[in-house]
Amino acid sequence: MDIVVLLKQVPDTETLIQIAPDNASIKTEDVKWVINPYDEFAVEEALRIKEAQGGGKVTIVTMGPERAVESIRTALAMGADEGLLIDDPAAEGGDALGTAKVLAAAIRGVPCHVIVAGQRAVDDDCYQVPAAVAAFLGIPQVSMVVKEQIQDDKIVCECTMEGGAVVVETELPALFTTQKGINEPRYASLPGIMKAKKKPLARKTLADLGIKPSEAGEAGAKCRVMNLTFPPERSPGKIIHGETPEAKAAELVRLLREEAKVI
Amino acid sequence: MARGVLVLAEQFEGRFRKVAYEALSEGRRLADALGEPLTGVVLGSGVEAMAAELANYGADKILAGDDPALADYTTDAYGNVLCDIVKDHDPKILLLGASTRGKDLSARLSARLDTGLAMDCIALRIDGNMAVATRPMFGGKVLAEVAIQGMPAVVAIRPNVMEVVAAQKATAVEKVPVNVGAVRTKVLEKKLEAAAKVDLTEADIIVSGGRGMGGPDFSLLEQLAEVLGGTVGASRSAVDEGWRPHSDQVGQTGKVVSPNLYVACGISGAIQHLAGMGSSKYIVAINKDPEAPIFKQADYGIVEDLFKVVPAITAEVKKFMA
Repeated sequence: MDIVVLLKQVPDTETLIQIAPDNASIKTEDVKWVINPYDEFAVEEALRIKEAQGGGKVTIVTMGPERAVESIRTALAMGADEGLLIDDPAAEGGDALGTAKVLAAAIRGVPCHVIVAGQRAVDDDCYQVPAAVAAFLGIPQVSMVVKEQIQDDKIVCECTMEGGAVVVETELPALFTTQKGINEPRYASLPGIMKAKKKPLARKTLADLGIKPSEAGEAGAKCRVMNLTFPPERSPGKIIHGETPEAKAAELVRLLREEAKVI
Repeated sequence: MARGVLVLAEQFEGRFRKVAYEALSEGRRLADALGEPLTGVVLGSGVEAMAAELANYGADKILAGDDPALADYTTDAYGNVLCDIVKDHDPKILLLGASTRGKDLSARLSARLDTGLAMDCIALRIDGNMAVATRPMFGGKVLAEVAIQGMPAVVAIRPNVMEVVAAQKATAVEKVPVNVGAVRTKVLEKKLEAAAKVDLTEADIIVSGGRGMGGPDFSLLEQLAEVLGGTVGASRSAVDEGWRPHSDQVGQTGKVVSPNLYVACGISGAIQHLAGMGSSKYIVAINKDPEAPIFKQADYGIVEDLFKVVPAITAEVKKFMA
């Protein structure tokens, strides 16, 4: 069973985000780059599918600059078999739709039965690329999966939503996105890290994929960031003092009723 | 010539999601700004009667895609039907709630229609003839203003942020043809909690517990939530310890919530937790540790043993409610 994993390299969630002088992007100088947390679940689930199926190939597909190679190598060290990096300046600064067009074009050259992606990237929080990739490839999508099982040419997924979960069965080939709780990603072992250095990692440009610069990147963006601002800072609050827990509780309830008026 | 605002009013198990009313209200506001009509759409099975409700929120036109084939949501069925409606009615803006299904559907649609999508928006405006949306990025650390191109511009709004505004119109429900096309997904089972429980993403009051709870017994928080009419949440620490289910997690890798009141008990206030609750109107922090970062974000803080002060708060609330 051949599996493709969509992997994105993003700033670590601890990163102090600073707005760049162009006001429409962030400063990247002091950023620590990591695999998008939800994509770690995706890599792990792909490996589990391969193991459950008794074989196959897991290919990591990433769009990004050269530094993203490190994240692909980490996935290879976990056990993925091959990597494909689409690295092209013309692909940068685009929206999710443009990214999805590029990834879909790259995947068309990689036959697979299942595509696994994280439910969203924690930098742009768009939730859009995986669904758009599935749409461009003409395959069904299943979002927010916490459990999956492949049975012959179908996949059964448990998907979380407000109020609980729904179990669905979908025909393969299909794409599903991972939600936290689906698995615990394995750590790359030292032998894994050594093996990863020799695993194939191909690099492609937009031209290799037959995509014109006007279709992707900033030129092709249909949702454009005009500016970035910081959210308004919360005004400093107050610590409630009191002789006893009961006194503090009474004062809090009074303030919530009379001052905040939320209860 | 693309015209008007189309709102998909999401219904689930025969009831509209709160975000459906929020989307309609916002749609009404935009339609007025454009001087163009607002169309509300309901999809499902046996929904013609409930669709009439959209007239209470200013819909000039109401379309009901009512068919047994739409009894359960699948991306294929709802996507195909909504695509047909969009092609037939050619709106300028397509608005939905960014619920779990709204995210799934809007993302698929943006690719099928090759149009711009602004996801999880907290504000919207018309600039000239373009829709401009404000949306959080980087876990809410920055707000982005984005211009959306394409017809229709697709916007998915974050639940529990925009105002619900009643606006009475005498609009009749029009049934539209339903062609679900090839549906490759089948619903096998629904594992849903009691309908009465308000989802964290839609809750106005949340009482949340973290590592300071010391274990899975959240009964003190449940009691406080009950008297306040709120929902119980949890920090990542509490979830990772196995004390609470992941569906209770508030934070960057959990749910993003926008309640009027968020009571954080035994939660230190990591950046990733803030990403989930930072837009709460009022934040109360209860923690034994005076250095806990959460006190910097809280409107009201109590440095105290939560096991002593939380029941006291519950008792106080009961007193004035009596």
